[in-house]
Amino acid sequence: MRRSAAPSFAALATVLVTMLVLGVFIPIVQATNGAADSVRGKVEVDVYMKTNATAADDARVHNELLGLRHVKSVQFVSKEQAYQQQQQADPQAYALLGSNPLPDTYHVYPDNPSNVLAVHSEIAGTGSGGTGQPIDASIQNVSNKQSDTQKILEVTNLVTITAAVLTVLLVLASILLIANTIRLSLYARRREVEVMKLVGATDWFIRVPFMIEGVIVGALGALLAIAVLGATKIALLDPLASNWTLIAAPRTIGFTFLVVVLLAAGTLVSAVGSGLSLRRFLRV
Amino acid sequence: MAISESQHRTRRRRESAAAAIPEARESRPAASFSGAAPVLEFRGVSKRYSSGDVGLDQATFSIDRGEFVFLVGSTGSGKSTVMRLLIKELEPTGGTIRVAGHDLSMIKRKRIAYYRRNIGVVFQDFKLLPSRTVYDNVAYALQVTGGTRREIRDKVPDILRLTGLSTKLHNYPDQLSGGEQQRVSIARAFVNHPPLLLADEPTGNLDPETSVDIMRLLYRINRTGTTVLVATHDQAMVDKMRRRVLELSQGRIVRDEATGLYTRDETTREFARRMRQPSTRPDGV
Repeated sequence: MRRSAAPSFAALATVLVTMLVLGVFIPIVQATNGAADSVRGKVEVDVYMKTNATAADDARVHNELLGLRHVKSVQFVSKEQAYQQQQQADPQAYALLGSNPLPDTYHVYPDNPSNVLAVHSEIAGTGSGGTGQPIDASIQNVSNKQSDTQKILEVTNLVTITAAVLTVLLVLASILLIANTIRLSLYARRREVEVMKLVGATDWFIRVPFMIEGVIVGALGALLAIAVLGATKIALLDPLASNWTLIAAPRTIGFTFLVVVLLAAGTLVSAVGSGLSLRRFLRV
Repeated sequence: MAISESQHRTRRRRESAAAAIPEARESRPAASFSGAAPVLEFRGVSKRYSSGDVGLDQATFSIDRGEFVFLVGSTGSGKSTVMRLLIKELEPTGGTIRVAGHDLSMIKRKRIAYYRRNIGVVFQDFKLLPSRTVYDNVAYALQVTGGTRREIRDKVPDILRLTGLSTKLHNYPDQLSGGEQQRVSIARAFVNHPPLLLADEPTGNLDPETSVDIMRLLYRINRTGTTVLVATHDQAMVDKMRRRVLELSQGRIVRDEATGLYTRDETTREFARRMRQPSTRPDGV
């Protein structure tokens, strides 16, 4: 039925390549964001109790901390537990020590990583309404990992924003590329359109076959891309997923959802692109 | 030729039937005295292009139903302008054009496609759809008007037989010779039996022998009652056919002659034989 398939093939190849790139890029972006989020989730404030704190003091401080604004959870690490954890990390050093120098510690997690500094200043009393002293007398020290925390927040923010910008640019580039290839392929067939107009075909009578062709090209290109992605996933990634938790990260977009998105995008852009591009030639 | 009246009539009837085209009329007026509205009327039509060139300058003429008219002139004289104005590819910058009584300027852009279906057009470069077979090319003209598959199955082989292309139904344009491609073009132009057929340099890309065949085909179509307007600069052809001639020069009509010297009811075979004879008059009247 079709004789000169070259322009259509170019459009198909373009859809295929752009869908492939998107299909690889989107999960990567998702994984990156997931990693960034989990790093931000580890941001915390460490509250060190005085070494002479009693169990009653511990309980009191625990409740005070929970009552603070922006505090999501508080984790208690007793001096014994702390000693054991650190001993495992560096056995030789701790063998020399003899007694346990470590204090009871509270790990205070904020509800939102960006609030961590607010929480810190509240506990330490260094905020604008604070007294300059920690909120409880039994608190020896509030960890001031301020610079580290600041860096972590900045870097993860940057990563997320960069990923978003790149995604937008890539989607835009894909759309432009597909639309341009379609326009070129229609330009190569403008003689046909001219003949159709001379014979008395209405604009829609001319447009519909081209749009149908756009749908087919878009769907076919997207399906081929999905097939390649699926084959890659099964052959390469699934065996690795058991070893690397990053790839199996829960925030990665579901494969079926990705398939639907790519298929819809490829088909829609091709069909609409065909319809719109014809407008220029139908003006003749 | 000394043949009896009845033999002549029989031969003509047989030819008509064999061609499977509507019954040819017995006589056609060369000039208007029938009183019916002309098929085509140009009144003071001018066309000035945006580049400043003059395509047409106050052209006035009218063509009646069933006439066969030549539009002659050198390149740039305005022949193509007339054609393009008639299919509404261009709009005139002055004057009125009437086709079958309708003022062309009243036709809105959306309705142009419907208007064009009443006019068969044939061009020098054939203008076929390269990705479709001969059959599909002609069928397209029927599909455009909403023809059913049955109608197409009936009409297309018929018209292709009329134009001598029965064996080429499933060939593609690039597999045909120039003459064959032009026949396909004519078949497509005529398949809807439009009242008006325009041909813009139909023999421009063809050799003399093939040109005769094409003109014979156009003559045959004219005999069914279709008004035919042919733009050409093939002077020999024009002289031999001895039909009405409109001569254009730099956008103006300089000659409008109904020769009246032709034999009105000659058969297409006689017509072809006469066309193949070398010109008897050296001055080409």
